[in-house]
Amino acid sequence: MTESSAAFVRRDMLPPQAPPATQAGVLKWLRENLFSSPLNAVLTLAGAYVVWWLVAHSYPWLSHSVWNAGSLSECRAIIAERWGADATGACWAVIKERWHQYIFGFYPPELYWRPISVFLLLFVALAPVLFSAVPRVLLVFTVVYPFLATWLLWGGSPWIEVMILVGFVLGWAAFRIASRYGSLLAVSVALAVPALWWVFAAGPMDRALEQAIRLAIEKVASDKFGGFLLAVTIGVGGIAMSLPLGILLALGRRSDMFLIKALSVGFIEFIRGVPLITLLFVASLLLNYFLPPGTNFDIILRVEILVTLFAAAYIAEVVRGGLAALPRGQYEAADSLGLDYWKAQRLIILPQALKISIPGIVSTFIGMFKDTTLVVFVGLFDPLKGISDFVRADFNWKGIYWEPYIFVGCIFFLFNFSMSRYSMYLENKLKRDHR
Amino acid sequence: MTDPHFDRAIDRSQMQVFDEVAIQISAMNKWYGTFHVLRDINLTVNRGERIVIAGPSGSGKSTLIRCINRLEEHQSGKIVVDGTELTSDLKNIDKVRSEVGMVFQHFNLFPHLTILENLTLAPIWVRKVPKREAEETAMYYLEKVKIPEQALKYPGQLSGGQQQRVAIARSLCMKPRIMLFDEPTSALDPEMIKEVLDTMIELAEEGMTMLCVTHEMGFAQAVANRVIFMDQGQIVEQNNPHDFFNNPQSDRTKLFLSQILGH
Ligand SMILES: Nc1ncnc2c1ncn2[C@@H]1O[C@H](COP(=O)(O)OP(=O)(O)O)[C@@H](O)[C@H]1O
Ligand SMILES: [Mg+2]
Repeated sequence: MTESSAAFVRRDMLPPQAPPATQAGVLKWLRENLFSSPLNAVLTLAGAYVVWWLVAHSYPWLSHSVWNAGSLSECRAIIAERWGADATGACWAVIKERWHQYIFGFYPPELYWRPISVFLLLFVALAPVLFSAVPRVLLVFTVVYPFLATWLLWGGSPWIEVMILVGFVLGWAAFRIASRYGSLLAVSVALAVPALWWVFAAGPMDRALEQAIRLAIEKVASDKFGGFLLAVTIGVGGIAMSLPLGILLALGRRSDMFLIKALSVGFIEFIRGVPLITLLFVASLLLNYFLPPGTNFDIILRVEILVTLFAAAYIAEVVRGGLAALPRGQYEAADSLGLDYWKAQRLIILPQALKISIPGIVSTFIGMFKDTTLVVFVGLFDPLKGISDFVRADFNWKGIYWEPYIFVGCIFFLFNFSMSRYSMYLENKLKRDHR
Repeated sequence: MTDPHFDRAIDRSQMQVFDEVAIQISAMNKWYGTFHVLRDINLTVNRGERIVIAGPSGSGKSTLIRCINRLEEHQSGKIVVDGTELTSDLKNIDKVRSEVGMVFQHFNLFPHLTILENLTLAPIWVRKVPKREAEETAMYYLEKVKIPEQALKYPGQLSGGQQQRVAIARSLCMKPRIMLFDEPTSALDPEMIKEVLDTMIELAEEGMTMLCVTHEMGFAQAVANRVIFMDQGQIVEQNNPHDFFNNPQSDRTKLFLSQILGH
C-alpha cells in the first residue's frame, strides 16, 4: 500500500448522531404540519377549539349513558340519581329494547333467520363480483341470488321466482344460439323468448309445480318490512339494477341512432329534473291509476323500480363522463380490428370508462342508499324517521330524540364507509394492474 | 441517397408482376361539412404493392387511408377493398376491417390489457380462434417484432418504439391481407424510429400489401414501389421512388421535396 500524501485520512466511519431536537420527533412534526406559517397556526388553534368544544359538549352526555331502563322517565331518574339533578345523559335503553325494530321493522321475530340468511348470502353473492380472487363458478350463485332472496324475504311458493329465472335463462340461451346468425336477430330473440315464456308458459307451469311440489314457506307481506331491512332491500336492489340500466342509458345517449339518443336524453333529463320524492309519490299513487283495477302491484316493488330509474339517470351521466374521457384512438383501434359495436363496448370501451367512473358511481350508490329513507313519505317504515316515530309513539319513549338518530346514523355510516373504502381499494387495484 | 437505416433495402431488381387488384378507389370525394377534404381520388393498389403517401400536413393523407377501412365515410365515388365494396352495409365494413390492418401514429394499444391480451383479443372475438391457438399466433408475431419477453406487461410499461411494434403485431395477428400505416414513426423518439421501420421493412419483404403515410423518405426510397404525393385533397403526382425523388414533375412536389429533403 502506498503512503498517502494527504495530511489526514479517516480510517473509521463515525457513528451516526441523533439530529438536534428541533429537527426530530414530535417537535419537528408539529412545526412542519401544524405551525408552518402564521395562518396555519391560527387555523390549527381554531380547529383545536372546535374539537374541544364538540368533545366538551358531548362527553358528559355520552359518559352518562344508561343502558338498562324501561322508559325515558326511568332513564332520567337514573341519571339524576347517579350524576345529580341537572345532569344530562344518553338513554341507550331505547336501542336495547327496540333495536330489532330498527333492523327488521315488523318482520315476525320467529322468521328473523330469513332476512339474516339473505343478508349473509349477499356477501357470498357479492364476493365473485367484488374480488377477482374468488372462484368464477360462484357467479352462478350471484345470478340465482336475487330470486332466492326474494323468495326468502317475502316467502310463499318459490315457483314464481323460479319461473322468472327460467325466463332469463331461456333468453340467454336463445341469444347464444341466435347470435351466430347476426346481432339484431340475437337481441330480438333474446327479448321475445322470455316475454313469451312469462306471458304464456310461466303461469300454468307455476300452478302445476305448486301442485306437484309444495315448497311454500310462510308469507310475509310488504307492510311488515321496515328499518334497515327495508333500506337494504331497496338499496341493494336499486344498486344492482341501476348500474346496467345506467350504462345502457349512457351508451344510448352517445348513440348515432336518433331515436335511441332522443329517448335516452329525454329520460335522463326528465328524471334528473324531478325530485326523488315526486317519483316516490308516483310510485305510491299514480302507478295504480295506470294498472288494471284489482291488480296488486307490491308497494316495495313499485318504490324499487322508481328508485332504480332515479339512480340509473345519475349513473348514466357519470358513465357518460367516463366514456367521454376515453381517447378517440381507442374506438378507432377497436373498429379497425373489426370488433362490432357491442364487442368494442364490452371489451375495450366500458372496462376503461367504468374504471374512470368508479368514484362517481360509488357516490351515486351512497347517495341512493341514504335516499331510501325518503320512502317514509309513501308510508313505508324507513329506519330514520318511520321506525323512530313509531318508537316515540310508545308512551314509554315519548320525547326520546338523539339516541335513535345516532344509532341509525352509525349504521348508515358503516354501510357507506364500507362502500367508499371498497371503491378506493378497487381504484388502487386497477391502477396497479393497468399502470 | 444513402441512409444508414436502409442498408437492407429490399431487392427490387427483378420486375415484380402485380396482377391482382387489392384496393380500387375511383372518383372518390369526401367533405367535412362544406370543406372538400378529398377531391376526385382515383387509385388502384395491386396485391403486394408497397405505396408511400407523402404530402404536407393537412393535405388529406390520413383521411384517405382511413376511408379505406371506413374509419371515415366517403360521400361519392367508389372504394372496393379485396372485392368488397364499402357501403353503409355493416357486414361489408366488418369484413373489410378484419382483412385490413391499421397502425396509428399514437399506437392506440388497449391500456387495460396485457400485450398478449391486446394481440389475442380480436382473433378470439372476431375470428373465433381458440384461445390457445390465438396465443401461439400472438407469441409468433411478438418474436417477429422482437419483444416476446414483454408479453405479460401492460402497454404503459413499454417504450414508444416497443408499443408501436406491438401495435403492428396486433394487426398482424388478424392475418390481414393489407396493412395501412398512418405516420407510424411520427410520435417516436429518433432512436426508436429504426426499430419500427425495420419491422415494416421485414413485412414488405414478405410481400404484404402496404400503404404508408410517412415522412421517412429514406424508407420510401428503400421499400416503396410507388410514391404518391398529395396536396389539398388531391393526388398530385405518383411515380416510382427513383423518378419521384430525382425527377419530380409538378412544382408543388418540387417545393415539398426541397422542404423535406434539403435542410
Ligand atoms: N373530423 C374532422 N372534421 C373536420 N375537419 C377535419 C377532420 N379531420 C380532419 N379534418 C381536416 O381535413 C384536412 C385533412 O386532414 P388529414 O387527413 O388529417 O391530413 P394529413 O393527414 O394529410 O395531415 C385537414 O385540413 C384537417 O383539418
Ligand atoms: Mg395525418
